[in-house]
Amino acid sequence: MSEIWVIAEKRGSKIHSSTFELLGKARELSEKNGFAVSLALLIEERPSEEVFDELFAGGADRVVLSVHEGFRRFDFQPYIRVLEKMIKEYSPEIVLAPATSSGRSYMPGLAALLDTGLTADCTGLDIEEGTGNLLQTRPAIGGNIIATIKTPSHRPQMATVRPKTFSPLKEKYDSKRELVQFEVEPELVKTSAQLIEFVPIGEGKKGVQDAEIIVAGGMGLRRIENMLPVYRLCKLINGTVGASRKIVDSKWLGHEAQVGLSGHTVKPKIYIAAGISGAVQHIAGMQTSEFIVAINRDRNAAIFNFADIGLVGDATEILDELVESLGAEVEK
Amino acid sequence: MIISDQFYHKVSIDIIIIVYSLIDSSRVFEEYLLPEIIGFARRPLTALKWDGTCIKIELESNLKGEVNLRILVLLKQVPDTDEVKLDPEKGTMIREGVGTVINPLDLHALESAIRLRETGNHSLCVVSMGPPVAEDALREAIAMGADRALLLTDRKFAGADTWATARALAAVANREGPFDIIMAGEKATDGETGQVGPETGAMLDIPVITYVSRIIEINDSSATVEREVEDGRELWRVPFPVLLSVTKNVNEPRLPTLAGKKKARTAQIERMGSTELELKESEIGLLGSPTRVVRISMPKISRKATLYEGSEVKEGIKEVKRLLRPYLEVNHE
Repeated sequence: MSEIWVIAEKRGSKIHSSTFELLGKARELSEKNGFAVSLALLIEERPSEEVFDELFAGGADRVVLSVHEGFRRFDFQPYIRVLEKMIKEYSPEIVLAPATSSGRSYMPGLAALLDTGLTADCTGLDIEEGTGNLLQTRPAIGGNIIATIKTPSHRPQMATVRPKTFSPLKEKYDSKRELVQFEVEPELVKTSAQLIEFVPIGEGKKGVQDAEIIVAGGMGLRRIENMLPVYRLCKLINGTVGASRKIVDSKWLGHEAQVGLSGHTVKPKIYIAAGISGAVQHIAGMQTSEFIVAINRDRNAAIFNFADIGLVGDATEILDELVESLGAEVEK
Repeated sequence: MIISDQFYHKVSIDIIIIVYSLIDSSRVFEEYLLPEIIGFARRPLTALKWDGTCIKIELESNLKGEVNLRILVLLKQVPDTDEVKLDPEKGTMIREGVGTVINPLDLHALESAIRLRETGNHSLCVVSMGPPVAEDALREAIAMGADRALLLTDRKFAGADTWATARALAAVANREGPFDIIMAGEKATDGETGQVGPETGAMLDIPVITYVSRIIEINDSSATVEREVEDGRELWRVPFPVLLSVTKNVNEPRLPTLAGKKKARTAQIERMGSTELELKESEIGLLGSPTRVVRISMPKISRKATLYEGSEVKEGIKEVKRLLRPYLEVNHE
């Protein structure tokens, strides 16, 4: 029987949320083509039963488990060799993985070994009627175009998907719970790369380019202390602080936070522009954000032409209100 | 002022960042701290930058070079314009007639390689696959410090996806190699896939380290690099051969010198086609590409906001809260 494979993402030894998002999407695709969903898990120690429960409830019909000390942290050659062997054994039609630093590395390596196509950073996946081919949609050329890509005659069809693109299943999947232990031969996990040290950092320290949510401040905040609600809101929603050029020129923030032509181009899921009027250079750096919220006192500010939601009012006051009421929800 | 042992330990890397507020005054810094840092590092200072809160000191690289390493840098030329031109039938970008530059992210790979090249009698080769106009980008690489430039150009290469591109690059690395170090940029600013580097490494059956944010040491047999990932920084040591793909944090690329430009004008760019690389038509270009672009659409970029004013602002705030709620700590993971 044909299968869709999802490759699990771990953070430390925990399963990362992007795994469940892909399982959710895989189930949706499986409704169209009737394929079973398998999850490949490469991990350093056999996880607890609860982890398997979660993976099965998350949408996996089968979990293919490979346990080896070498999988503690991502290492290119052992990963691609073990995954190659797994995939050759099961011949899935589709292989999906999160577009994370490891997924973006092993998926191309795997595609090279399997002589097949790979589409990066898909924002949409669907099954083509008639052919059953996977339709892979991705933004390209700085988000200026949306391309739909197929892998018509090579198998598997492979795609990476950015975290938070799809949603996990809302209801528990009633799985037949097949667990396969995939034995790794020493030859496959042999590596010359040596991890000397790992220094963990907080996930909140993400740069503005990789941020999923950005709260950016502009001169409409008027005073440096009004950056405080920007920071507070970011803390609540795990967002990253951004800034207009004027803010950076005034040294309220460093260049790493600057969004725009002379700063960084960003493409977060949500961009909140607080007190930013919307100079052309700023717009060029954030217009491809998925959803834009603009807060400005001037109802004719250019930023509103590029936003999905516009709030006409004082940015500091509105941010304060958001922080207060969202903060209260966290307290509860 | 006393510098802790821990601080000394950090001098083994190329960049020192000092949070300025920790230092009593600039006089203390200049008179006491700076000479100590330089003295300990025993390396010339290449830059001292002040960004308002931090002082960034760059020391001359401590890359060593007793043997002659062979370095290859993979370069892509990208259109020197924001204008998007697409072939409506093939759905691929039209590159003819558009000026090209080296992909800005590849410049960081090239800079890393040039710094290494400068430490010894190493050889630095750059390669690019593209139309004849890509020669300009390769000349720029020579002007910056590359020794040799290869242009993979052939009508049959046109329309290649990342797999077919990697196939040709792996072929040239095998033919002209073996190379000790292959360097690539994180991704190209046009395609933005970041796949060609790891695909090439896998085809060559060599280790690949992606997202390299710092090159700590390269000696005659291995590279020690820092890799920046979602949950932290990893330090890896890998014996040659290895493919490193670097991020833009790794360094600041230099500008070509006048002498370099002069050299580049007369430098020979070696051209190779599918025949020289002994590649079959079925494994290169559009024909050899597993993926096909089947549809291109232009998303509407200008949007019109739902505007909330006056008494409606409360409603708007509710809307924004609904949007942000899934991201609250309590509702996540």
